[in-house]
Amino acid sequence: MIDFLFPNVNWESVLYATLETIYMSVVAVAFTFLFGIMLGLVLFLTDKDNLWDNRILKAITAAFVNTFRSIPFIILIVLLIPFTQLIVGSFLGPSAALPALIIGAAPFYARMVEIALREIDKGVIEAARSMGASNREIIFKVLLPESMPALVSGITVTSIALVSYTAMAGVIGAGGLGDLAYRVGFQRRDDDVTLIATIVILLIVFAFQYLGDRISHKLDKR
Amino acid sequence: MISLNQLKKVFTTKDGPVTAVDHIDLQVAEGQIYGIIGYSGAGKSTLIRLLNRLEDPSGGNIQIADWKMDQLSEKELRQARQEISMIFQHFNLLWSRTVRENIAFPLEIAGVPKEERMERVDELIDLVGLSGRGDSYPSQLSGGQKQRVGIARALANNPKVLLCDEATSALDPKTTDSILELLVDINKKLGLTIILITHEMHVIRKICHRVAVMEEGKIVEEGEVLEVFRRPKEAMTKEFVKQVTEPEETQEAAGELFTDTDNHIVYQLTFVGGDAKKPLINDVVKTFDVTVNILQGKISHTQHGPYGSLFVAMEGEDNEVSKAITFTREQGVEVEVIYND
Ligand SMILES: Nc1ncnc2c1ncn2[C@@H]1O[C@H](COP(=O)(O)OP(=O)(O)OP(=O)(O)O)[C@@H](O)[C@H]1O
Ligand SMILES: [Mg+2]
Repeated sequence: MIDFLFPNVNWESVLYATLETIYMSVVAVAFTFLFGIMLGLVLFLTDKDNLWDNRILKAITAAFVNTFRSIPFIILIVLLIPFTQLIVGSFLGPSAALPALIIGAAPFYARMVEIALREIDKGVIEAARSMGASNREIIFKVLLPESMPALVSGITVTSIALVSYTAMAGVIGAGGLGDLAYRVGFQRRDDDVTLIATIVILLIVFAFQYLGDRISHKLDKR
Repeated sequence: MISLNQLKKVFTTKDGPVTAVDHIDLQVAEGQIYGIIGYSGAGKSTLIRLLNRLEDPSGGNIQIADWKMDQLSEKELRQARQEISMIFQHFNLLWSRTVRENIAFPLEIAGVPKEERMERVDELIDLVGLSGRGDSYPSQLSGGQKQRVGIARALANNPKVLLCDEATSALDPKTTDSILELLVDINKKLGLTIILITHEMHVIRKICHRVAVMEEGKIVEEGEVLEVFRRPKEAMTKEFVKQVTEPEETQEAAGELFTDTDNHIVYQLTFVGGDAKKPLINDVVKTFDVTVNILQGKISHTQHGPYGSLFVAMEGEDNEVSKAITFTREQGVEVEVIYND
């Protein structure tokens, strides 16, 4: 029955491609979370009268974020080939897709982090200051925990964008389900392979969404 | 304990400089509950925020206990702030932490080891009357309970001074009273100096020892609460005093109310605390040959004695009436003719 519906599908290669996609997505999400929060914190804290009030640092960070957020992902991958080769040693394979994925997604996420941080009640930060908290304590004990539900729902949205980026990266040789759909599904006109790749990608997206919603909901004590 | 000298704060805004605190001199003795009252925009919050340097002064000096607040380095300032706590109108609790964790927060900052922290938190929870609610989140508490958490948090590091910025303004009258009682309680128990900001005179009346009246960044009047209530000098202060002594109706309305009756002269007796003898009316009627008819009034008894107004009609021989009035005044009660036909 399954062989009848999907005559051209090589299940082993689907499994392999799925693992590649999951690997790219998960690693990219983890680093995007980290770098996005760092960039978001800089964007927020360098505001006038905020903890690190610094116009120049703010301008540089904002320019970096806006630039990399605006470059279409497919162009970004190509642009970053020399950089990727330098740090990964190759521009092919799933690991080679990571720098572009992270550099493409972190600025996007950084803006969400910035918005989440702005939502925090100023009074709470003030209360922490009035208790003698240092900047470090304010960041790790107030800003991040208080905005965590928003940070998690932000990374959920970003992770879904990242899954679709991995598919695009596949086209230029990163492997994964996008690669499978393009090489086999499109170039050999095996539509059943395209269909199965789509289904698996959707399942991955749903899984991320479900997980993100659950965590965010659990963290939200408001 | 606290001494301010020519303290000044000017904000630079797009509309030009705004002087929020204008050369203020102020002394607060140790263990006092000191009230600062003023209308919105008078500069009260700015003044209290200058004390713990949430705002940097534009000029002048701030001395709190042994700290010269205006000359401290960042590190010393953080140290000093552990001894100068603050509570807020909107509580400012961390919603991601339980009651227990919120109270533990300043202890974490002070580097108190975990075990000791937990012990201290339990003590504080009992002190503010929140036993059994330690594992609740702030969102599960009422306003009054949230402020209790705020107070427990503020007391965690055994501060010398407690700053309260409109700490009861978001609460209903009953809850306000219970929070004020708690403040008096900790003031007595711990000998804590409390600076309290408000725009409600009854808060001052209930718990403060001294009061300063603020207007446009300046202190226009200052003194013992009883003294200020009895002899308010500034127009501003008089208005505030009326908040507690006037019944709902204004004098004019009350005057009109009495024109229909056959009372010839209506007096307003204003009680502003002190040791006015309790059976005053009784004494007046017994001692002098007058009749007293109480028309309307509201008196409440407080720590400082009775507060409020009585509207009375007094009949009798002119000179008996005037002796009765002199007697009443001697008891520390103000007398004013508000209607005379
Ligand atoms: N950060 C600021 N920047 C510019 N002006 C400010 C700032 N904070 C306060 N002000 C101005 O300082 C003056 C005093 O404000 P403040 O908040 O101290 O008043 P307040 O007496 O606490 O009033 P309220 O009872 O409404 O809280 C106001 O004119 C206000 O506009
Ligand atoms: Mg204020």
